[in-house]
Amino acid sequence: MVIVNIIVTVLLAAGIFFFLVGSIGLLRFPDFYTRLHATGKCDTLGGGLVILGAIIYHFFQYPETLLVPAKLAFLVFFIFIANPTATHAIMKAAYKTGVKPWRLGEERR
Amino acid sequence: MISIFWVTGILITVVIGLSLYRAVVGPGVYNRTAAVNVIGTKTIALLVIMGYYFERPYFFDIALLYAMINFISTLVFAKYLERGELWS
Repeated sequence: MVIVNIIVTVLLAAGIFFFLVGSIGLLRFPDFYTRLHATGKCDTLGGGLVILGAIIYHFFQYPETLLVPAKLAFLVFFIFIANPTATHAIMKAAYKTGVKPWRLGEERR
Repeated sequence: MISIFWVTGILITVVIGLSLYRAVVGPGVYNRTAAVNVIGTKTIALLVIMGYYFERPYFFDIALLYAMINFISTLVFAKYLERGELWS
């Protein structure tokens, strides 16, 4: 049981790490496109890691109810499809309405 | 083991607070929409963690619904900002 706790803790910590890196990128990058470049990948991977840790915890803590890990696995699958699609949709909308990409030497915006 | 979920929930809440800065002061509507999408993804993970911390498995259904609503709302908002209308 101790090894399961260590695995779950490592997975949750890795998910929190990717969430934090994505948020710092969202705060510090100079442009809209670079901000979405940071968050679109880090949030997908961080959410997947956190929910994967929850799935492994559920398998060894409550092994009699297997419907809940199925729901969480579907949730990971949905996030891995839907989150890049949403990022691509809003980035395409910004590009079509004339938001210029940031060049080196320009001001932050 | 439950305390791990408590710490994880607190840290996710702190990261949501960091992202909320971009949603409030971000220049332009696109930055705000992107920040709202990011906050929604973090809220899904927070709902799963809360379901294990309070030991109530109903939170996972709410997390599924929230994932779908977050995805659809971002798509509809992007379409509205791109075309200026929804039904076309």
